[in-house]
This record gives sequence, C-alpha cells and structure tokens, in this order.
Amino acid sequence: MTGLADLYLQQLKTGIATMLQYRASLVIWLIGNVLEPLIYLVVWTTVSRSTSGTVGGYGTRDFAAYYIVLMLVNQMTFSWVMYEFDYRIREGTFSADLLHPIHPIHADIAENLSSKAVSLPFMIAAAAGLTLLFHPAFNFSWAAAAAFVPALVLAFLVRFLVDWTVALAAFWTTRVTAINQIHYMAVLFFSGQIAPLTVLPRPLQIVANILPFRWTVGFPVELLLGRLTAAQIGTGLAIQAAWLLAGTLLVKYAWRVSVKRYSAVGA
Amino acid sequence: MAHDASEPFKDTRQVPRRQGRSLQFRPRPHYTKAVETTPVIQVRDLKKTYVVTEREPGLRAALSSLVHRRKSHVPAVDGISFELAPGEIVGFLGPNGAGKTTTLKMLSGLLHPTSGQVQVLGFTPSRRERAFLRQITLVMGQRNQLVWDIPAADTFELDRAIYRIPAADYRKTLDELVALLELGPLLGKPVRNLSLGERMKCEIAASLLHRPTVVFLDEPTIGLDVTMQRRIRDFIAEYSCRHGATVLLTSHYMADVEALAKRVIVIHHGQLLFDGDLAALVQRFTAHKTIVVQLKDCAADMGSYGEVVSCEDGRSTLRVPKAETARVTGRILADLPVIDLTVEDPPIEEVIEQVFARGAA
Repeated sequence: MTGLADLYLQQLKTGIATMLQYRASLVIWLIGNVLEPLIYLVVWTTVSRSTSGTVGGYGTRDFAAYYIVLMLVNQMTFSWVMYEFDYRIREGTFSADLLHPIHPIHADIAENLSSKAVSLPFMIAAAAGLTLLFHPAFNFSWAAAAAFVPALVLAFLVRFLVDWTVALAAFWTTRVTAINQIHYMAVLFFSGQIAPLTVLPRPLQIVANILPFRWTVGFPVELLLGRLTAAQIGTGLAIQAAWLLAGTLLVKYAWRVSVKRYSAVGA
Repeated sequence: MAHDASEPFKDTRQVPRRQGRSLQFRPRPHYTKAVETTPVIQVRDLKKTYVVTEREPGLRAALSSLVHRRKSHVPAVDGISFELAPGEIVGFLGPNGAGKTTTLKMLSGLLHPTSGQVQVLGFTPSRRERAFLRQITLVMGQRNQLVWDIPAADTFELDRAIYRIPAADYRKTLDELVALLELGPLLGKPVRNLSLGERMKCEIAASLLHRPTVVFLDEPTIGLDVTMQRRIRDFIAEYSCRHGATVLLTSHYMADVEALAKRVIVIHHGQLLFDGDLAALVQRFTAHKTIVVQLKDCAADMGSYGEVVSCEDGRSTLRVPKAETARVTGRILADLPVIDLTVEDPPIEEVIEQVFARGAA
C-alpha cells in the first residue's frame, strides 16, 4: 500500500510539474471550464426571469447557485482520459505503459488529481466572482456539507471509471472521436449540465436516474444545495456505491479484453 | 495460477552476478553452453500472423468493402526457435520487416504469439505478470518513454515508484548509471531540450533503473553519431557484464553487433536463417576474400589475378573467390615486386547483405 501511495505522490508531482510548463494553455483551458456553465447560468436565469417565477422548482437565484456549484463539481469530477487514450493508441506510446508492472489506471487517476490541485484555486476564485455577480441563493447546512464529501468522492470515482471504460474503445476502432462525441452529449444531457434534471420531462428524468451520469454531477450538486431529503441522499449514496462496484468490474473486464485485442493485432 | 508453468525454471530468476570482470568479457556462445545452465529465454516454433484488411483502390471497392472486407494473413514471424543462456549478448539481425520487432514484442509480453512457445525467466511473457515485468526491459530507439516536459530526473523518480525500487538500491543504481553514461549535466534539463543522443542515454538509464536481468534493445543507437554509438555500445557491454544481464539486441549498425555480440541470430521473412557465431556467419556466407597489395609501382596489370576493386598509388584492392585465395596470393608474391600484402574478409555489412540476398532467393 505504501508503494501505491508513493506512486500516487510521484505521479502527482510529475503531473503538476508538467502542467505548470504550459501556463498559457492552462489558463485558456480553465476559462473554457468557467464559460460553459456560465452560458447555461445566463440562459436559465434569463428564462426564469422572463417567466417571472420558477422553472422546475428553480428561481433566478436558485439557477445561479446551481450552476456555480455545478461548475465546481464538474471541475472536480471531470476527466479527459478518452482523448488521452486516443492519442496513446495512435502514437503507440501505450506500449511503454504496458511494460510497467502496475495497472495504468493509477497513473491516470493521479494525473487527473494533479490537474485538479492546480486548477482548484482558480475555480474557487471564479466561483467567488460569479457569486458577487449573480447573488445566488445558497441554503447551506452542515449536514448537507458532510454528506457532500463522500458524494463528491464517489462521483469522481464513478465518472473516472466510466470515462476510462469508454476510453478503451480506442483499442477497437480508430474512429474514437465519434464515440467520445456521443459520450460527451450523454454526459451533458443526463448529468444535469444542460439543465437541472427536475426541469427535464419526467421520462427523461427516469432515464437519467438509470444512467450513471446524474450520480457523477447532478446528485452532489443538488445535495449541497439542500434540494434532497435525507432519504434521497441515502438512496443516492447507495446508488453511487453500486455504480462504483459496477464500474470497477466493468473496467477490469474491459481492460482485460482490450489488452488481449491490442496484443493480438499489434502493439 | 500462472506460476505452474514457470515452476521448473524458477532458479533462473536469480541470474548469477558477474561482478568485477573487465569490458573484454564475452559471453560464451550458445553451442558451448553447459548443460547446467537453464536458458533464460526459450523460444520454440514461435509464430505471429497479422490479419490485415485489404482493399482495391477506387470508389467501387470502397463501397463493396463496407459490406465485405477481404482479409489476408501476413506471417510476420513464421516458426522460429532459439535459446539464450544467462548473461549472453546476442545480436538479432534481419532486414526491415523481417520480424525482429515483432519477436521482441512477443518476448516482452506486448504481443500474444499466434502459436508456439515463449518462456522468459520461466514466465510466459503474454501473461504480463508483475514479477516478470519487474525483471525485463524493452528499449525502442524510435520511441520515447521519458516525460517530455520535465527533467529526466523526475521521470527517474517516477520509475522508482512504479517499480517500487528501495531507496538505497535506487541511489546506487542511479549513481552508477550517471557515472557510466555521464548523465550529470543532463538530469536537470527538460527532456525536450536534450539532443537525440542525450535523450537516448537518459532513455536507456530510465529503462535500467530497476536492474532488469533481461534486456531487449530495439535499435538503441539509431540516428546517433559514431561517438555516441560507441558510448552506448560500451555501456551495454558494461551493464551486462556487471549484472549478468542477458541482452538481445537489434541494430542496423553492424559495428554495434560486432562489438557486442559474439553470437548472432539472423531472420528473414520471419524465418530463422542463421544462429551461431558471428565468425562462422562470415565464414559461411562469404564467397570472396579481399587481397590488398602494395607494389613498388602501379604499372602491373592486376586484372589477371582477380577483380580489381580499386587501384591508386601502387595500392591495389582485389576481390578473389575464397577457394582461390592461397593460389592467387602465391602467384602475386612470385610475380610482382610486393612491398606489403594483406588478406581480409569483406566488411561485415557486405556479408549480411549477402545473407539477406540468399534468404530472399
């Protein structure tokens, strides 16, 4: 276990050092991560203002709160591992990883965490700025904050495992971009990014509850905003835990099959 | 579960150290290999066939390929067998596309063989067991595994963590590598700022930090200048000698092979053409010898003795059939005012060219 901790520490250091090499692109990338939720925020606050009331249980200031928290949660759970995998397979750099006596997912998780460590101060500053601008309605409670911590950790892990499984498609087809695009759209829609899920029609909400995406973004956001009952929080955490288990098994199986294929067709 | 098959070979995982020998140390060729040493690498009737989809050019073919793809089987490695004893350095030769890299990938566990058996250190490489991966390395001259944007020293630290190298061992190995490869001034520079040769030295160091007992080198000196080639060559010999490492090396530079490997394995079209002493290879495949004659004057017509390759300042170079060498030499010495005469084997490049040409025929 200490070996694994050491590996994570080294990988974190390497990741942070690499990231700081490209300060300009880091800033541009972070601006993008702020702009996307900001656009939805502006759209939905405008909609709710023009209907002079609430949309799906959200008033103008509720939307502001939702998207500011969503921006942070999305940043904490987001990964770009699909694009990374595509590159690795095309460029053939994957062989070096396969020669290492360790599962490559560890390096990917650690690298992702290092990017979060670098970007978090920036994102908190952005959130503070947006709070001053949009006067969000936060209903803070210690109980919700306490439940938010495990929900966020589970959300990160589930999202990472799902992303990693999707990324393995790069082993099977050279047209990964199309798959990534579909995956991206599904996340956008069913995780609660394009709109809070209560705004969606009922059948779509049901689908969102079945798919993993809500549990990786929307659930922790709603939880922190105090929109969920204790029972809903308990169920949500249980569903996240189930997805964690399913995701782990999925990664294990998909990895085995994919490497088998990789080493059959030519590494 | 996977250990059953490896049980009989377990003792070979601790390869005896050969510390304190000089650089001149050369491993024994395989055919004098004593019965008591179990081979480190065993390859039996190894085959790898790639399935590739083919398509004629043109739109019609493009459309029909949507429905029906024609597949063809390309044998990259076609039934080769060999063994390597502990501490051997063997040159693995063949023209481009002969199947060298495919074989190295099967030996290091990156590729599953289509058929046949491979055992390395008693492991089946394709299972990629951690105990196996910790003891091998594969260096590919055209790939880099160092992290591009940070100094090599940081990648070394990462490798230490990946291979779980104890701190004391790591320091000792790193100091040794830094001294042998003269890495000192390079460690702190971002890898992207290093020259090709400097980077290759760092790549090799990174691949050897965990002290692998089996080293696969695929064109480790490609694109490097002569000095750097020699530096790396010397280092490989030194490493193998110090740690008793078994080395299988491919290179297009025959100087690498001549300097490092007494034994060579030659493959062509995925098949084994030759396995044995480098000197024996030269013997077997050279039909000619070169006679260099220095005369008092260049007036004599050397054409009657053999094929004149060059003639300047009274120095003639002749190519004669091997069987004729003694007779021609005798005639020249009897007939002409000779100052100096030497008989040489043709350059090794020429020999290899002939081996490949014959293999292709």
